Amino acid sequence: MGKVLMKGNEAVAEAAVLGGCRYFFGYPITPQNEIPEYLAKRLPEVGGTFLQAESEISAINMVFGAAGSGARVMTSSSGPGISLKQEGISYIAGAELPCVIVNMVRGGPGLGNIGPAQSDYFQATKGGGHGDYRLIVLGPASVQELVDLTIEAFEMADRYRNPVMILGDGILGQMMEPVEFKVKEIMSGPEKPWATTGAKGRTRNLITSLYIVPEDLEEHCRKLKEKYDGIAAVEKRHESYFAEDAEIVLAAYGTTARICKAVVDQAREEGIRAGLIRPVSLWPFPDEPYFKAADYADAFLAVEMSNGQMVEDVRLSVNGKKPVHFLGRTGGIVPTKAEIYADVKKIAAGGVR
Amino acid sequence: MAVKKVFTKPASMTDKTMHFCPGCTHGIIQRLVAEVIDELGIREDTIAVGPVGCAVFCYDYWDVDFQQASHGRAPAVATGVKRVHPDKVVFSLQGDGDIAAIGTTEIVHAAARGEQISCLFVNNSIYGMTGGQMAPTTIVGQKTTTTPDGRDSSRAGYPVKLTEMLAVLDGVTYSARVSVHSPANVVKAKKVIKKAFEIQMKGEGFAIVEILSTCPTNWGLSPVDSIKWLEDNVLPYFPIGEFKTPGEVSS
Amino acid sequence: MAKGRAIICEHRCKGCGLCITACPQGLIEISNKLNASGFHPAVVSELEKCKGCALCALMCPDVAIEVEREEK
Repeated sequence: MGKVLMKGNEAVAEAAVLGGCRYFFGYPITPQNEIPEYLAKRLPEVGGTFLQAESEISAINMVFGAAGSGARVMTSSSGPGISLKQEGISYIAGAELPCVIVNMVRGGPGLGNIGPAQSDYFQATKGGGHGDYRLIVLGPASVQELVDLTIEAFEMADRYRNPVMILGDGILGQMMEPVEFKVKEIMSGPEKPWATTGAKGRTRNLITSLYIVPEDLEEHCRKLKEKYDGIAAVEKRHESYFAEDAEIVLAAYGTTARICKAVVDQAREEGIRAGLIRPVSLWPFPDEPYFKAADYADAFLAVEMSNGQMVEDVRLSVNGKKPVHFLGRTGGIVPTKAEIYADVKKIAAGGVR
Repeated sequence: MAVKKVFTKPASMTDKTMHFCPGCTHGIIQRLVAEVIDELGIREDTIAVGPVGCAVFCYDYWDVDFQQASHGRAPAVATGVKRVHPDKVVFSLQGDGDIAAIGTTEIVHAAARGEQISCLFVNNSIYGMTGGQMAPTTIVGQKTTTTPDGRDSSRAGYPVKLTEMLAVLDGVTYSARVSVHSPANVVKAKKVIKKAFEIQMKGEGFAIVEILSTCPTNWGLSPVDSIKWLEDNVLPYFPIGEFKTPGEVSS
Repeated sequence: MAKGRAIICEHRCKGCGLCITACPQGLIEISNKLNASGFHPAVVSELEKCKGCALCALMCPDVAIEVEREEK
């Protein structure tokens, strides 16, 4: 299969099918509706089930049931809908169920608007729901990466028995780009001996996040921490774009990172050694490249479509070694190349925002 | 003359002592479900979904595959399970707060979709686990910790007759209310639970069975007086009966 | 007349007394003894009169009663 031109949301949906997803439970919300619409047609073709739930709360709990039953399953939503799913996500993480959750982030807080945003970063990477848990969070920056990371998300979810979130935004979901589906055959998940399939010839399986005895819950949380530490040790991913000798290192993910690449190009043309470190995994956050860059770079500039969320992780990574500046736009407004470049020039000239 | 065991713990029940308060009739319901599973021979083909509330530990007593849902969402979880395993028997069990307050959406829409699941609803007209607060099924006049002078309908409204409500949905095949306050009613309750399971096994659709139960601890009555209180106060408001049976078309 | 035997498992019983009201012959009473959980368990006081009708077991919320019956 060669390259095809596809809208981000539809590409995610097709990628899910190729990744072995057979069940989708969702509720309409802009700007991600093409995902459920695509799967409503596509899943029955591969013997799967699409179900439009009565709410995001129901959808995520259907995901719980299907994931606990051993299936590869996905849900998708945006901002407010993802907020509604948080309780269910906490239960899924607590019960260690694999699933994929797509958030095509829109402007918040509250009803906000349907413009693109990156303001759900905290919610995605720092917990979101109650209790001590982590999602694996991936931040694609192109339709091709949406496809590749979605397929991989199903593998990671099963490998770690953990929910994986694809954190996109309204632009990524709506933009059309040529993509290649490198997976030749529809994938399938591993055997899941822990799933509820009927206790035939074995002791019964229990899917739960309830540990009423404090010692038991502490042991469960300790195991979860061990798992998260293991994930953090091997799954940190980033892309480095002219960052190896940069005096100013930009930090951005997703749509914003694309613009930052153009900024780096312009800066280099005009004699400013700028570079970009783009986190691909948002949790675990790739701290090391920033920490190392702090040895040679003069300053960092985090660019986000938010009031400043990922910048906190950049600051933690840089650990006070160098100044970390921030440029953010909100409300569905995308920062322009010109305004980012203006900040780069100011920082290069020694001015501090 | 041969000595025959005429009554013993069902095989689908574990040996664990149940955590329910003395005289709480929930234990009877646990046993009836296990007896039905035994009689239908479906222990290895059953997947149960449990609630949050007094029955949160119900998985400890049934020897079947089990998923523990969040508060109110058991019908959504059961939907996910059944869609993945359409050949298995999937049932949920929820209390009144779980199913008729916080989880109203989930039960109504699972019913409207005609999910091929059996939903059991234990109605003891109070929040037991949290210490006796008003439930959606608390009787008008009933004292609870949040209606200390009794439920006042002018401020706290009226009990929800969920099972009757569901009966009008086209997606519902079977809707019935039973009680376990006397031996005769226990026998009847088991028949109705069994019927709900059989309807699922025949692929005939969604079933809801409401089971009236007591809460001596939070009603502030002895187990025996609780039975009497149920007869005098709960039964008149929540009548026993079948509200919809297979083959009926709602008008 | 059939002869039966209701066997109340002392350690499972919580002494709720629902079996007492269920027994048509009034053969069951609450023991003065405490069981391991601190409950006064129910006991069958006149076992020889038990017909094995099992109504006590039907009403027992703790599955603490087994019933045997002699059959021809």
